[in-house]
Amino acid sequence: MSIILSESEAKALLQKVLSYSKADECEVNLMGEQRGNLRYARNEVSTSGSLINQNLQVQSAFGKKVGVATIDEFSEESLKKVVQRAEELAKLAPENPEYMGLLGPQKYGAASKGYFESTAGASPDTRANAVLKSLELTRTQKLTAAGFLEDQKGYSAMMNSKGLFAYYPSTSVNFSLTVRTEDGTGSGYVAKGYSDMSKLDTAAATKIAVQKSLGSVGAKALEPGKYTVILEPTAAAVLLENIFFRMDARSADEGRSFLSKQGGKTKLGEKIMDERVNFYSDPSNPDLPASPFAGDGQPQDKRYWIEKGTVKNMYYSRYWAQKNNVAPIPFPNNMIMDGGTASLEDMIKSTKQGILVTKLWYIRTVDPQTLLLTGLTRDGTFYIENGKIKHPIKNFRFNESPVIMLNNLETLGKPERVVSTESDRNYLIPPMKIREFTFSSLSDAV
Amino acid sequence: MKRRDFIQLAGLGTGAMMLPAFAMGKNVAPEALLAPGLDVAVKKRLADAALNAAKAKGATYADVRIGRYLNQFVVTRENKVQNIVNTESYGVGVRVIANGCWGFAAVVDAKSEAQMAKAAEDAVAIAKANSKLMKEPVQLAPQKGFGEVSWKAPIKKNAFEVPIQEKVDLLLSVNNAALTNGANYVNSVMFQVNEQKYFASTDGSYIDQDIHRIYPQFNVTAIDAQTGKFQTRNALSAPVGMGYDYLQVNPSDKVTGITTRYNKGYDMLEDAISAAKQAKQKLTAKSVEAGKYDLILDPSHLWLTIHESVGHPLELDRVLGYEANFAGTSFATLDKWQSKNFQYGSKEVNLVADKQQIGSLGAVGWDDEGVNTKKWDLVRDGVLVNYQATRDQAHIIGEKESHGCSYADSWSSVQFQRMPNVSLEAGKKPLSVDEMIKDVKKGIYIIGDGSFSIDQQRYNFQFGGQLFYEVKDGKIVGMLNDVAYQSNTQEFWNSCSQVCDERDYRLGGSFFDGKGQPSQSSAVSHGSSTTRFNGVNVINTARKI
Repeated sequence: MSIILSESEAKALLQKVLSYSKADECEVNLMGEQRGNLRYARNEVSTSGSLINQNLQVQSAFGKKVGVATIDEFSEESLKKVVQRAEELAKLAPENPEYMGLLGPQKYGAASKGYFESTAGASPDTRANAVLKSLELTRTQKLTAAGFLEDQKGYSAMMNSKGLFAYYPSTSVNFSLTVRTEDGTGSGYVAKGYSDMSKLDTAAATKIAVQKSLGSVGAKALEPGKYTVILEPTAAAVLLENIFFRMDARSADEGRSFLSKQGGKTKLGEKIMDERVNFYSDPSNPDLPASPFAGDGQPQDKRYWIEKGTVKNMYYSRYWAQKNNVAPIPFPNNMIMDGGTASLEDMIKSTKQGILVTKLWYIRTVDPQTLLLTGLTRDGTFYIENGKIKHPIKNFRFNESPVIMLNNLETLGKPERVVSTESDRNYLIPPMKIREFTFSSLSDAV
Repeated sequence: MKRRDFIQLAGLGTGAMMLPAFAMGKNVAPEALLAPGLDVAVKKRLADAALNAAKAKGATYADVRIGRYLNQFVVTRENKVQNIVNTESYGVGVRVIANGCWGFAAVVDAKSEAQMAKAAEDAVAIAKANSKLMKEPVQLAPQKGFGEVSWKAPIKKNAFEVPIQEKVDLLLSVNNAALTNGANYVNSVMFQVNEQKYFASTDGSYIDQDIHRIYPQFNVTAIDAQTGKFQTRNALSAPVGMGYDYLQVNPSDKVTGITTRYNKGYDMLEDAISAAKQAKQKLTAKSVEAGKYDLILDPSHLWLTIHESVGHPLELDRVLGYEANFAGTSFATLDKWQSKNFQYGSKEVNLVADKQQIGSLGAVGWDDEGVNTKKWDLVRDGVLVNYQATRDQAHIIGEKESHGCSYADSWSSVQFQRMPNVSLEAGKKPLSVDEMIKDVKKGIYIIGDGSFSIDQQRYNFQFGGQLFYEVKDGKIVGMLNDVAYQSNTQEFWNSCSQVCDERDYRLGGSFFDGKGQPSQSSAVSHGSSTTRFNGVNVINTARKI
């Protein structure tokens, strides 16, 4: 059997597993994936690898006693054993008061196409050729490249004893590259993520990193302080995802989230940032395909999290939703921020004094109460004066909360797909101009 | 696995998420964690099959790692067990040099000589394919073979032999103690790891090793519903290369003072009671006034500063540019080392790398490319004297042999340069913490690690902590809040004025240090005694949203 099962193959395998179940309820999750990567540094290949992963997880329940067992190979004997083992574990387990029982069949909205043959068919040669195009550019210009290319094809499927079935295949490729000048005084970065590998142009991407690398040579020091900044989407993503990851209703209700407030209440329904801010998840978006179902089988519909600056939704586990008498909302599979019509060039042109930040690095939470984050600019930071990039500047450390930052919003540009340099997740995020962004010290790092 | 996944698994982040077990292999019964792995004679036969196949296909060097990785995590919150995970991952990684280029292939569940030979052939094919993109062939430092040898971590009690119920009971009693002492919420977790690794190479080594690690950890939250403020306090435990014996405390393992800290044994229950009280105390602690302070840093805090500002910048692969696309490069360039007078720190600063330290996370007999482990100087009397190297890097710094710093986090990951234990030597003159504090006019005493961030060349950093105490005219006068300090690595270590003596020496460490693409996790310890740094810039982190 191949690692990547078709919908009908997955269905047949899941039905077989369920037929062995003697529990009150049984749910089976199945996944398979193949990954390949090529890594290079100092203008030559350093390591390469490939990984094959498959896994089947059985969750059996007797009343509220639940057991989980997994296997990574699917012989008849193993399939029977894994069901048996989940049932043994369930019988031994204490009652889980948070077990909510299984969902019945669900209706999923139309998800956009997430599986592309161009990516699925990638071979070591495809990777080597893509990397060679990048290396040729840096080698001929006497620049030093370090990069990473990783592609993946896979699927996830699930079925339970109440008749729920879901299947979703997907592919992805992430390419990232740092180009440094030989003397180490300039550094530029680019990262591109796609579902369809035919869209990946490593030469075009490399030219962006080359330009930033050469452009960042001769950086001058500016005094730390509050500045108007233009964040390229790659820089904005690593700040915004700290909001996305922390929209859990339970933490907010418990009083330990940036969405908690005095008197044990939450900020649900309150305006917490500029009214032009809209965050939503949408599996049907063709530029950011995502599975139409959550890990427990709940449908992932288009859903606003922040709408016109107001907290519209938080995610509720099924347990927490029932306890609070609201509808459950799963953690989203993708995240999109609406933008405007301005291009990055337009945004620079309209800036009297400011700083263009192309990448941020080593983001950590300083205070979870206010979502105060710290981190540094990296791989190309530029001073803007009278609508033009004047010169490169030395890197800064910042201390800023993305909530405060989105209250200080000036302009939003056109959203584009970006790869988070912290989590590797892909998002659709616009470039944004922010006033009074807080830089607290200088760094000598290039 | 990435650090973030561990944290989410443990529910130590705010939005607790369960980690799919497939990241770590397959779920197994707890008894399986005690079942013996393959017999060493079988492993030798399998290894030889791979080595012979590699040589037959033209490899000039080959090594094989047959790995069995066992994990048990017990995760609780308040009065509930959230998750008990027992996993086992078994497989083989084969690394070769062919046409002067590295190649690597891994195979899950390999138990036949045919599978071993196939993996070796795949690795040679990959090496040959990649050699087209290569400019300079790999140069390996010579390494003698050791024949058939073994190493076992000197643990007193294998954590997997302790019944899960006992661990659940301990964690739930810890949670209960925190809740009855004023905490609103508490998460606790016990991580236990056993790596059973067999290494063989064409140099003639057949090395069998058994490595154990444990990490008990908790996080308590105290909330003031009226103001809507919350504060947390994490455990002051350290992850260690020990067995369950780490949780059996002797009075001599406790360091008393403004709060109790722990050395080779950890009293989790006692620490949870202190944590709950201190989290509440933090709610009303004075907000720090930004400015210059002398910092007195406890080993439970200083380990992380050492890790980020010394351990990482002295990784030779970073210095050379191999990590430029992700972790970054290093300010500690080769010319600074070659000058023999680069003042990394003050004369008080002696930093040593050590892969043998007993009870540390990094201790092994041999590294993942068959090099016997050792101890060496990185910074002596403040001057940069060496780096951390693997076999293919040793020639670059004129060394005749590797430092033994090669590690892979799984049989399926390719081994590369990872940080050994890097520690600050204790002061040679007798000096206690109390004596150190007595001398400080305006200072902050910091205990426990908190928020951390450093640039990609390791110049500019910012660190928080768990507990901050204001020191005025030689006395601790109260608790502070909203503290973070910022400095530059060289400035900071040159501001080091005093190091307490060896009576105060303790290990801290990281259970999940991330590096590489795809990211690999490793565990490493950092020892120190309480240390004073003069005139460091402290910022106030309070904000309103």
